[in-house]
Amino acid sequence: MRQVLAIVTALALAGSLAASAPSHAQSKGEIVIGMQCDRTGATQIVGTVLCPGFHDYISLINSKGGVEGYKIRAPEIDNEYKVPPAVESYERHKKEGAVTIAVYGTPQIYALAQKLQEDRIPGTSPGFGSAAAADGIRYPYVFPVAATYWSQGTAAVDFVKKQLGGSLKGKKIAYIFYDNPAGREPIEILEDLSGREGFQLRTFAVPPPGVEMGAQVLDIAQRFRPDFVIAHLFGGAPAVSIKELKSKGYPLRKVISLVWGSAEVNIEAAGGFAVAEGYYTMQFAGVGQDYPVLNEIREMYKKQGKPAPKEMASSVYYNRGVFQAAVHVEAIRNALKAHPDGKITGVDTKAGFEKISNFTLGGLVPPLKITSTDHEGGGLVQIWQIKGGKFEKVTDWFSAYPDVIAKHTKEAAAK
Amino acid sequence: MFHRESGVLKTTYEADMALYPLPIARWTVAALAVVFFAVIPLALHQYYLSIANLVWIAVIGALGLNILVGYTGQVSIGHGAFMSVGAYTAANLAIRLGSPWPVNLLAGGLMAALVGAVVGIPSLRIKGLYLAIATLAGQLIIEWTINHVTFISGGVQASIDVPRPRLGSYVLSSQREMYYFLLVFVVLAIVGTLNLVRSRIGRAFIAIRDQDIAAEIIGINIFRYKLLAFAISSFYAGVTGVLYTYYLGIANYEQFQIGVSIDYLAMIIIGGLGSILGSIFGAFFVTLLPIVIRYAMEAFGGLFFDPKTVLNLIPNLRLMLFGALIIFFLIVEPEGLNRLWRNIRNYFRIWPFAY
Repeated sequence: MRQVLAIVTALALAGSLAASAPSHAQSKGEIVIGMQCDRTGATQIVGTVLCPGFHDYISLINSKGGVEGYKIRAPEIDNEYKVPPAVESYERHKKEGAVTIAVYGTPQIYALAQKLQEDRIPGTSPGFGSAAAADGIRYPYVFPVAATYWSQGTAAVDFVKKQLGGSLKGKKIAYIFYDNPAGREPIEILEDLSGREGFQLRTFAVPPPGVEMGAQVLDIAQRFRPDFVIAHLFGGAPAVSIKELKSKGYPLRKVISLVWGSAEVNIEAAGGFAVAEGYYTMQFAGVGQDYPVLNEIREMYKKQGKPAPKEMASSVYYNRGVFQAAVHVEAIRNALKAHPDGKITGVDTKAGFEKISNFTLGGLVPPLKITSTDHEGGGLVQIWQIKGGKFEKVTDWFSAYPDVIAKHTKEAAAK
Repeated sequence: MFHRESGVLKTTYEADMALYPLPIARWTVAALAVVFFAVIPLALHQYYLSIANLVWIAVIGALGLNILVGYTGQVSIGHGAFMSVGAYTAANLAIRLGSPWPVNLLAGGLMAALVGAVVGIPSLRIKGLYLAIATLAGQLIIEWTINHVTFISGGVQASIDVPRPRLGSYVLSSQREMYYFLLVFVVLAIVGTLNLVRSRIGRAFIAIRDQDIAAEIIGINIFRYKLLAFAISSFYAGVTGVLYTYYLGIANYEQFQIGVSIDYLAMIIIGGLGSILGSIFGAFFVTLLPIVIRYAMEAFGGLFFDPKTVLNLIPNLRLMLFGALIIFFLIVEPEGLNRLWRNIRNYFRIWPFAY
C-alpha cells in the first residue's frame, strides 16, 4: 500500500512540476509558426528528414537577423499522424500566438480545415490534403502551396505523352495506387484525360498497408503490358513497387512515381540506386544539394563549429522541409512589410501568402504564383530520373492541362 | 471518495436503490459537477478545454466499449468502425436532408447499433480471440465500404463537411461552447451506464461474462442479450463518432481506422475492465499522458540534450514512456487504474485504525 501511495505522490509531483514549467515567454519581436510533424507515426520516413530541414531554414533566417527585424519561432509538435494530437497541437499553437500553421498529414488538414477558417489562421498542406483546397474561395485559409494530387496526375500524363513521342492515341497507361482517398484522388483526372488523349487507362489498387502487390504488378507486367506506369504510393509501398516491377521484368524507365514515392529513402529501401536505375520521380521542391540556400545552411553550421546535418544527404525530403519553411517565412515577410509594427495576425499572413510570386530561392522552390483564388500556386513539378546512382533532372518546372484541373475544381466547389 | 458508511441506515426501498446512497457521496457528485461545469470551463484557457474535449469524446467511446468487453465479456476490435458508421450516417443526413444535430445524433447512434448487432452475430457461436478476429473483419469491411461506396462517403476523398451544431440560432463553435456541448453527453453516458449495469440487462450481461452456460440455464436469453450488448456498445460508439464529427466539423474515413479501435481497447484495459470509473480513468490516461510527457520533456529535456536532439527525442521517448507506464501500471495493478483507486480508498476508509 505504501508503494502505491509513493507512486501516486510522485506522479502528482511530476504533474505539478510539468505544469509549472516555464513556458516560452513571447517577446515583442517574435513571430510564431505552428509546426506539426510526424517523426514517429505512419509517415515517419518523411518527418524525420523534413522537419530538420524546416528548422534549419528558420535558424538560418534568424541567424541573418530574422524577417524585417523579427525573430521567427517554430515550435514543433509531433502529431504521430493521428487526428486528436493534431487538434491538441493546433490549439496549443494558437495559444502561443501562431500566425501560420504548417499542418502535417491528410486526415489532419481535413480535421483542421474548419477550425482554421473560424480562427482565421492560414494552414499549409504541401503535397497532401484535398486537391479541391487549391480553390481559395471555398477554402480561404488552406494553402496547398505545392502541386495537388490532381496537378500531379495531369503533369504525369503530360510527361508520359512527351516520353511516348507526343501522342497517346492507342497507348496503354497503368495507374497503380494506394487504395485510400489520397490514392484515388487523381483517378477522375486520369479518366478525363484518357478520353481526351485517347489512351487506355487501367487502375490497379494496392490495399493498405501496401506491402503486398505481387498480383497487381504481375498483372501490369505480364498481362496488361502498358506503355507507361504511373505509380502513386505512400510509406513503404513505393520501395515494394520498385522491387516487384524489377523482378517481374517491367523496365523502370517506363515508370513515373508521384511525389510520395520519389525520395532517397524509397530508393534505398528498394535496394539502392543501382536497382532503381531509370525510375522517374516527380518533385515539388528541388532535389540535390547544390542550392545557394543549402550552402548558406552548411556555412551556418560551420560557423557554429558543427558538421552539416546528416539529414541533408536525404535531399528530397530535407529540401521539401526547407521549401515549406521558406514559403511560410515569405508569407510572414509580406505580412510584415504591410504591417511594419509587427502586429500581424492570421488574416495578414493569409494576404502574405497570396502575394507570393516568383520566389524561387535559387531554384529550390518552384516559381509559385499564389493568388486569392489559386492557393496551389500553379501546380508546378519537376521530373527527376534515377541515373548513374543519383537523381538527374529531366524537366524543368511545368504544369499541364490547367483547363481539366479548373473544371474539376469548379465541380468540387459546386458540391 | 473517502467516507465511511457506518450509521447510514436505509429504511425504504428507494433509499436502497439510490445511485448514491450516502449523503457524502451525493455532495461529492455535486462538488464534481460544480468543478466540471463551472470552475474548469470558466477558469481555463481554450487550449486546455480542447484537451478536455478530446477526453470527453474518449470517455463516451470507452464507456461504450466497456459495456461490451468489460461487462459482457465479448472482445471487440471494431469500435472505430462503429464510430465511423455513426459519423457518416449523421454527416449524410446533415448534408442531404439538412436535419438538425439531435436527429443526426440519434440516427447515427441507432444506425451504429444496428450495424453493431449484425457484426455481433458471430458472438453467438464463437468466443474470445476468435470473436476478436470476427470483429476485426467487421472493422475492415466497414472501413472498405466507406472507402469505396461514394454514396456513403460523399466522394473519393471520403470526407463530408458538416455544419457546426446550433441551439436555436446560436452556433456552437469555440472550444468552450464545445466543452459544454460534449459534457452534457458525457453526463448522460455516465448516468446511463451506471443505471444500465445495475438493471436486469446489466446483470444479465455480467452473468454472460462470468459463465454463459450458467446464465443460459438460469433463464437468460443469450441470443438476445449478446446482441443487445453489441447494439448498446455500438450505440455509444456511434454517438461518439457523431460528436467527434461535430467537434471537428468533418467526417473523414481516416479518423476511424483500426488504430482507433486499439486505442479504445487500451483505454479500458488500463482503466479497468467492467468498471465505469475505470473507463473514465482510462480515457483520461491515454489522452493526457502523451501531452504531459511532452510538457515534461520540453521542460527538462534541454538540461541533458541540445535542442535539435530534444526535438527528435520527444516523440520517440514519448512513445517509449507511454508504453513503459502502461506496463508499469498493469504490473502494479493488473485490474487497472480503477482497482488502484479503490485500493487507495479502502486504505483510507479504515485509516488510521487498520486492524
